[in-house]
Amino acid sequence: MYRSHILVCGGTGCHSNNSSAIFDEFQSQLVANGLEKDVQVVRTGCFGLCAVGPVVIVYPEGAFYSQIKVEDVKEIVEEHLVKGRLVSRLLYKEKSDEQVVKALSNTKFYKKQTRVALRNCGVINPENIDEYIAYDGYEALIKVLTSMKPQEVIDTIKASGLRGRGGAGFSTGMKWQFAKNSVSDIKYVCCNADEGDPGAFMDRSILEGDPHAVIEAMTIAGYAIGAHKGYIYVRAEYPIAVKRCQIAMEQAREYGLLGKNILGTGFDFDIEIRLGAGAFVCGEETALMTSIEGNRGEPRPRPPFPAVHGLFYESTILNNVETYANIPQIIIKGVDWFTSMGTEKSKGTKVFALGGKINNTGLVEVPMGTTLREVVYDIGGGIPDGKKFKAAQTGGPSGGCIPVQHLDVPIDYNNLIEIGSMMGSGGLIVMDEDNCMVDIAKFFLQFTVDESCGKCAPCRIGNKRLLELLNKVTEGNATMEDLDKMEKLCYYIKENSLCGLGQTAPNPVLSTIKYFRDEYEAHIKEKRCPAGVCKSLLSYTIIADKCKGCTLCARNCPVGAISGKVKEPHVIDNAKCVKCGVCMSKCKFNAIEKK
Amino acid sequence: MKSIAEIKAIREKMQSQIILRENSEEGETRLVVGMATCGISAGARPVFNTLVDEVAKRNLSKVKVTRAGCLGMCKLEPIVEVFVPGQEKVTYIQVDSEKAKRIISEHIVNGNVVNDYLITSEV
Repeated sequence: MYRSHILVCGGTGCHSNNSSAIFDEFQSQLVANGLEKDVQVVRTGCFGLCAVGPVVIVYPEGAFYSQIKVEDVKEIVEEHLVKGRLVSRLLYKEKSDEQVVKALSNTKFYKKQTRVALRNCGVINPENIDEYIAYDGYEALIKVLTSMKPQEVIDTIKASGLRGRGGAGFSTGMKWQFAKNSVSDIKYVCCNADEGDPGAFMDRSILEGDPHAVIEAMTIAGYAIGAHKGYIYVRAEYPIAVKRCQIAMEQAREYGLLGKNILGTGFDFDIEIRLGAGAFVCGEETALMTSIEGNRGEPRPRPPFPAVHGLFYESTILNNVETYANIPQIIIKGVDWFTSMGTEKSKGTKVFALGGKINNTGLVEVPMGTTLREVVYDIGGGIPDGKKFKAAQTGGPSGGCIPVQHLDVPIDYNNLIEIGSMMGSGGLIVMDEDNCMVDIAKFFLQFTVDESCGKCAPCRIGNKRLLELLNKVTEGNATMEDLDKMEKLCYYIKENSLCGLGQTAPNPVLSTIKYFRDEYEAHIKEKRCPAGVCKSLLSYTIIADKCKGCTLCARNCPVGAISGKVKEPHVIDNAKCVKCGVCMSKCKFNAIEKK
Repeated sequence: MKSIAEIKAIREKMQSQIILRENSEEGETRLVVGMATCGISAGARPVFNTLVDEVAKRNLSKVKVTRAGCLGMCKLEPIVEVFVPGQEKVTYIQVDSEKAKRIISEHIVNGNVVNDYLITSEV
């Protein structure tokens, strides 16, 4: 019987910060202190607060240690576990007031969150099926297989109002109903874990932290629509997620929760993993299925929809990881519980991956209808260095920007579309006053141009032309006619592209033109980048009055663009300058200005 | 392959172990054991383990056993303090494994403070 549990985060964020070595060190320190039988070390999935990783939590006290190094482990074991004194130096401190917070549940970061899809992440050992079972794991599957008819399962999911968490927000229950109604010899259940949005990592964290939830939900889906085979399509770049899924599937098979005659009920279902090579377009459902079939990942026209002709031309349902993670809870806790969270048309919670200019980079899960302000300021801890919020990008390359005037809009599927963005899979990138919105649009469009599969002309050629126009803007060569042309081209691409990738690719451009037209105009009319990002429009000059002639800038300039005599004001030759900004960061007298 | 009953048995067995990871909630009884050097050398560790085992054995879900540092009365260690919501704190002194078992069965389960082991005002 263990009297204490040490939870070490083994998510990708903390893992890349050496949490594996910390885990090993805990084990050897426990042995050194003779505590290995009293204290259990558990490697868990992501806790969510990646910004302060590696993260360690010690129960029963719930002490939340952040930014732990291997050298700190000895102290935690000797002080906390042997003598029972918390190591306050290592406890997580909230940046805003520097108060030491002892328990994780007391942090502002966690207080406003409601964890449904992430409920087990950072709590259980994802490589131990018994721990999942302890947290009501496979209870839903048992309930479904022993006491519910397939149609009852679908009715429950329909009544819950659950909508696809992958981006489009289609009703999950309806999707299942279509597949159930479809007449087909073989049916398939697929899981879309091809998370490709820059800055999004919630699906990865769920697979890493709670793989059994996805396996259980897929089995339930199989029972509901009459399928016996499932595929998890996950990117090869997620090695930890892949490994934990494999372990989870093996354990589930061993317990008879996957495979033939599940739990003796006569129902057969098994899952295979398919690794994606990382093409963004493979997150699109028809391209994903084409890829599973072994072909080059290219989309195909819909209809026919996957529910009718999907994988191997058979009836198929495809849901996102986060969607699946909600299913077992809906079955156990019921429709009323689920619909009590969220807004009228968007029920439940949504996971967001917070990134960009924000203090608490990490994963958060909030009820639908929470405002962006609460997410950014209360949970996310605000913008670093006291800078001003400019916009948040949601939905990745398919979404748009939410400017400051919409900070108080309750986040749900419909509201986000109304203000020109979309829920997307849940990437939320915060931008401050130092970000140029034209540059942001260019970044996302560059991404989609690179990732366009090339099958249809509007996406392949249209987005390329759009990017060229954007480049013209950032180089100061565009005219106001170009801006109109860009808008027209955007609508053309949206209307004529074959799949979701092309249909949404112009969104970042459209939404930045809509909300930050003044920035575009400054680039075009005044040849000026207001945020000071677009290099072609920048020039560095030395203010003669402030320059002491210390020569530091000239010595550090990589291209020899600065000249001047000692103790005399220096000059920058703009023809040679590559606008790297080194001179400005080196100058001790603030004598260099950027315009 | 496991049967449904076996899966349920695993859940029950595991739940007593993971209860440690619940964050403290309202209405929870806490047993705090002094586990500084003084407490440990006086035998706090077996006391702690006995408390944990007894709580687990009885499936007491709203009872948590936790450690504290030195309570200042080193000569009376091992000390166990019991916090029952809505009641005054009770401090047991010079506890050993046998006394720990009585504390659980008489005080925690049946609500009768074990007067024999209490700290007195004369100390």
